[in-house]
Amino acid sequence: MNLHEYQGKEILASHGVRIQRGIVANTASEAVAAAKDLTAETGTGWHVIKAQVHAGGRGKGGGVKLAKNLQEVEEIAGQIIGMNLVTPQTSAEGKLVRKVLVAEDVYYPGDSETSEFYMSVLLNRGTGKNMIMYSTEGGMEIEVVAEKTPHLIFTEEIDPSVGLQGFQARRIAFNLGLSGTAFKEMVKFVSALYTAYVKSDSSLFEINPVLKTSDDKILAVDAKVTIDDNALFRHKDIEEMRDVTEENPIEVEAKAVGLNYVDLDGNVGCMVNGAGLAMATMDLIKQAGGEPANFLDVGGTADAKRVEEAFRIILKDENVKAILINIFGGIVRCDRVAQGVVDAYKNMGDAINVPIIVRLQGTNAEVAKELIDNSGLAVHSAVMFQEAADKVKEVLA
Amino acid sequence: MSVLVNKDSKIIVQGFTGSEGTFHAGQMIDYGTNVVGGVTPGKGGQEHLGKPVFNTVQEAVEKAGADTTIIFVPPAFAADAIMEAADAGIKVIITITEGIPVADMIKAFNYIKGKDCRLIGPNCPGVITPGEAKVGIMPGFVFKAGEVGIVSKSGTLTYEAADQVVRQGLGITTAIGIGGDPIIGTTTKEAVELLMNDDATKCIVMIGEIGGNLEADAARWVKETGNKKPVVGFIAGETAPKGRTMGHAGAIVGGADDTAEAKKAIMKECGIHVVDSPAEIGKKVAEVLS
Repeated sequence: MNLHEYQGKEILASHGVRIQRGIVANTASEAVAAAKDLTAETGTGWHVIKAQVHAGGRGKGGGVKLAKNLQEVEEIAGQIIGMNLVTPQTSAEGKLVRKVLVAEDVYYPGDSETSEFYMSVLLNRGTGKNMIMYSTEGGMEIEVVAEKTPHLIFTEEIDPSVGLQGFQARRIAFNLGLSGTAFKEMVKFVSALYTAYVKSDSSLFEINPVLKTSDDKILAVDAKVTIDDNALFRHKDIEEMRDVTEENPIEVEAKAVGLNYVDLDGNVGCMVNGAGLAMATMDLIKQAGGEPANFLDVGGTADAKRVEEAFRIILKDENVKAILINIFGGIVRCDRVAQGVVDAYKNMGDAINVPIIVRLQGTNAEVAKELIDNSGLAVHSAVMFQEAADKVKEVLA
Repeated sequence: MSVLVNKDSKIIVQGFTGSEGTFHAGQMIDYGTNVVGGVTPGKGGQEHLGKPVFNTVQEAVEKAGADTTIIFVPPAFAADAIMEAADAGIKVIITITEGIPVADMIKAFNYIKGKDCRLIGPNCPGVITPGEAKVGIMPGFVFKAGEVGIVSKSGTLTYEAADQVVRQGLGITTAIGIGGDPIIGTTTKEAVELLMNDDATKCIVMIGEIGGNLEADAARWVKETGNKKPVVGFIAGETAPKGRTMGHAGAIVGGADDTAEAKKAIMKECGIHVVDSPAEIGKKVAEVLS
């Protein structure tokens, strides 16, 4: 589950990570009030107005701006709230901004130069351990750093039986070229950050930039936080932070009925049991000359009700020109799935107005094919995987 | 010959009396698998499906000689079940459970590292040696005994591949479902290595998907060790968008290295017979074996 910057920062701060402070606002006038409160609390003169959407590269799209007085706060917040923010990580239409974070200015002048670092915490799938990845090159995309100056990216792997050790936090601070107060602050920052990661059952923390201020404080200016979905059952408070308006509405609906659905741009919908077979089916659709409109795993119990729900979800996408159902019956009996298709078709009446190709293989596949063929419905049936692909090609032609 | 499980394996079921455990243990017993009992804490001493129930895995090892376990325990308690099995001296730990928190798996994975055991999964369909032992949730009838080993991250795609192989008049030595989670006990390379060292296996089918670099590691190992047996490979997810989890928690394209294209390119370089269409796995196997 992805969080907004302000939510991620809340989690960080609750574990003692120093953050760039801010107050969230839904309207321009709330932004002004937030700015006043923030000045009272932090003494900040200027304010940074930051669009809160689930996408990176917000600054590039004009979603992060500096306001030097309250009038500018109101103007900028007014511009950003309600805009469709287009960033390198959004679609061409962009994402509607519903709220902004009014944040303190942390780039104030002082005794030393400010500097920006990159830091993330994530799983190293190869070793089965968490690692902290960090770089002196903060404020830029880490992919670009990895490509141009890979020697400036460091990693520190954490032994799960003992957790992050002091020498590791010190090594990170040394490698970032810090000394004195800033060094001590960084050691504290890293330890608190790792604690926050573990305690929140996160699967990704990306703090870019981590800032050394002109008075040698270390703080998180941004926070990208992703929580492990499988661990949400033990974090009800975090689960409540879910912002469904940031998610694809069809995906939200599918999730509510227990279907694993990912919306895609193509024209052929698919309904498959098993994630691997679902991906393989999408690939086959493409090879047959179509483009997959979705990923949909109906799981192990593909009965009439589930098939009908899956049909309704797939048909919400207006680009769908055909639907391929691909079920490998093991424990699931194909004739029951076939009956599900027939029932759903009858229940939904004219709602299904695109050709359907059903490929059922495995337990009772032949009986299932007969059931479909004798139903009188405009459904193309197939038994072999290749046959299904050929039928897709046929109906698209 | 076969790998991991055979007719002599002494198998217990953890989460034996739950609905999943009951259903699949019944199917396994019907298949002829040597299930010697099961574990459900607090229900020790009872009998279930005609087999003894034990309170702990240790008790199952002591009293029934268990050496293999299959875990159906719910996600919140599954990592604990894995560690209990390893602690009790179980040699093969097959974990079906889907949805175990990553943090729990980090603990379990590192806990069992120094121990003399092999973890398969989690989030996998299990392991089957046709005609001898079905230690998983796969439909047994699809798998006929033969000379082809299968390694796969996916359940139904494994059945699909096995079915295609059988339709070519061939059969399976052992099919290993390694699982689709970010942390799994046995990697693609390790599973391929097991089959490479199995005399009865003449050809290996390796089915992967987007995310991580297990398939690339396996392909490089196959090449380094001299391509001793033909390997047929398929990677699912060519059409998956970057940054989206496709059903399996581990199936997510992170960078340029873990796309289907990148993996297939490395596999081809390493002499793997890569098929682009999932409908051609069986045909390709027949071709390389002829």
